[in-house]
Amino acid sequence: MTEVISAQDLVKTFGRNRAVDGVSFTVSEGEIFGFLGPNGAGKTTTTRMLTGVIPPDAGTATVLGHDIRKKPVLAKQGFGVVPETSNAYTDLSAWQNMMLMGELYGLPRALAEERSSDLLETVGLIEKKDQKVQTFSKGMKQRLILAMALVHDPRVLFLDEPTGGLDVQSTQMILSLLRNKNREGITIFLTTHNMEEANRLCHRVAIIRRGKIVAIDAPEKLKMAIDRVHRIEVSFDREVPGEDLGKVSGVTAVNRTGDKYQLDVLARDAAIRSLVSFAVSHNLQIVTLNTLAPTLDDAFLRLTQESGP
Amino acid sequence: MNPESLPAQVRRAWAVAKKDIRIYYFKGPVLIFGVFMPVFLFLAFYMGGRDLPLSFLIPGLIGMTLFFSATAVSPAIFPWEGSAKTLERLASCPISIEAIVLGDMVASALFGIGITLVTVLIGVGAGLPVLHVGILLVALLLGACCFSAIGTLLAVPPTNVPSNIMMLSSLLKFPLVFISGIFVPLAQMPPWGVSLAAFSPLTYFCDLTRYCFSGANFFPVIVDIGLLALFSVIFSAATMYLHRRTMPRRL
Repeated sequence: MTEVISAQDLVKTFGRNRAVDGVSFTVSEGEIFGFLGPNGAGKTTTTRMLTGVIPPDAGTATVLGHDIRKKPVLAKQGFGVVPETSNAYTDLSAWQNMMLMGELYGLPRALAEERSSDLLETVGLIEKKDQKVQTFSKGMKQRLILAMALVHDPRVLFLDEPTGGLDVQSTQMILSLLRNKNREGITIFLTTHNMEEANRLCHRVAIIRRGKIVAIDAPEKLKMAIDRVHRIEVSFDREVPGEDLGKVSGVTAVNRTGDKYQLDVLARDAAIRSLVSFAVSHNLQIVTLNTLAPTLDDAFLRLTQESGP
Repeated sequence: MNPESLPAQVRRAWAVAKKDIRIYYFKGPVLIFGVFMPVFLFLAFYMGGRDLPLSFLIPGLIGMTLFFSATAVSPAIFPWEGSAKTLERLASCPISIEAIVLGDMVASALFGIGITLVTVLIGVGAGLPVLHVGILLVALLLGACCFSAIGTLLAVPPTNVPSNIMMLSSLLKFPLVFISGIFVPLAQMPPWGVSLAAFSPLTYFCDLTRYCFSGANFFPVIVDIGLLALFSVIFSAATMYLHRRTMPRRL
């Protein structure tokens, strides 16, 4: 797969604080790449360096094969940006903002008008296209920003917390649009705090902590990598002593949660077979049986708490 | 079209200028510093009781109007856009910093020319004919470019508080008005005053406008035009170079 974003040893220091400390990764064409980390970890600074807003102190970043410092105009022509804070011109209407973007990306007027109409229709703002942005809600502003970032049909889209603080309707609209655009071939670089969003959207995620990347992998692999002990939740039609469950083959720990037991097991398949045998031999009916995989939240917390100095 | 090419960047600069015109022309500080300030300064001078001919007063008013109006828009744009985060939007678009600065300068220069043409019409309406229309237009164009570059230069310090820049701008603009032959003719100034006036581009613009309205001038016309053009190039190059250095600190 073609590499469309590449960061090599990116460093950024503010005063005595090294906000980004040797960050390196690549993103392939067509990927949705999640960039996760706690507040102040260096996510936004990295994104701003990749998009040419601020220069790195050291290291290189290329987007679509163009070095963002040496060929900023060529690199920026190929991507769109949805920043953390809505930055449409509030004294202009939604339509004027779209036209401005069209001109800044060098689109012919007719094409800019056609795309703007389509995009404003898609994000549900066509009816309000002539209203000044200062009258828009936060969700409407964010949808407009997304439309503005897509007006030149970019190959890469950078998004920094695109759904932060938005209502469910705006969030679903934005996520659905992102999925559709990715299906059409756009590569997406998504900075987010929202683990569920990253889990559902991203093909790969990178976790950054104190300016350093601590893990890069597919969400499922990250979840599995953090915990070798697996967990099964089980409940029966009548009371069973916890000590008896502790004796089942492969079960290493038993915790009671309400009317269920959470069992730490070495291997899920063997433990489930043993539990079924246990139920048959004790004449029990299994009411619920769930395998509990670690969540991306678990992986995130583990990686951001334990891997630092 | 290659987005890096000069024509492509000039078109994008024009997009920035159109945006500036829509947003900033009617902002309070721009109207106060660009329109009301020169009018009130002129009225204070006019009512001061000095018996000066219209052919001296009107060129002075035109000089002040162009200087104040062309330097009113450009200093405010960078700090305003920095605080509204819209500068970050521009910084992530395929437009060079030089083209952004050029767009701001064009918007500022057009504001100056528009307001100053009203002053010219007032002068003509008051019975003062324009003797050299072509030279007046050249002077207006060069003066507007030069003063808008000065305005953009004033916005170089990377603060995102517009009032800070407006204060700095007033601190520099008022002394320039007083040394540039607007209130005291260059011919009546002592040698040290003329030497000081020679460092102000406003001096050459006022000398040109006086020539256009009365036929009298202190420096040769070609010198006035040449030095105004030179100041324009120097200030434009300086503002583009310095904004390239300071813009990342604004973001």
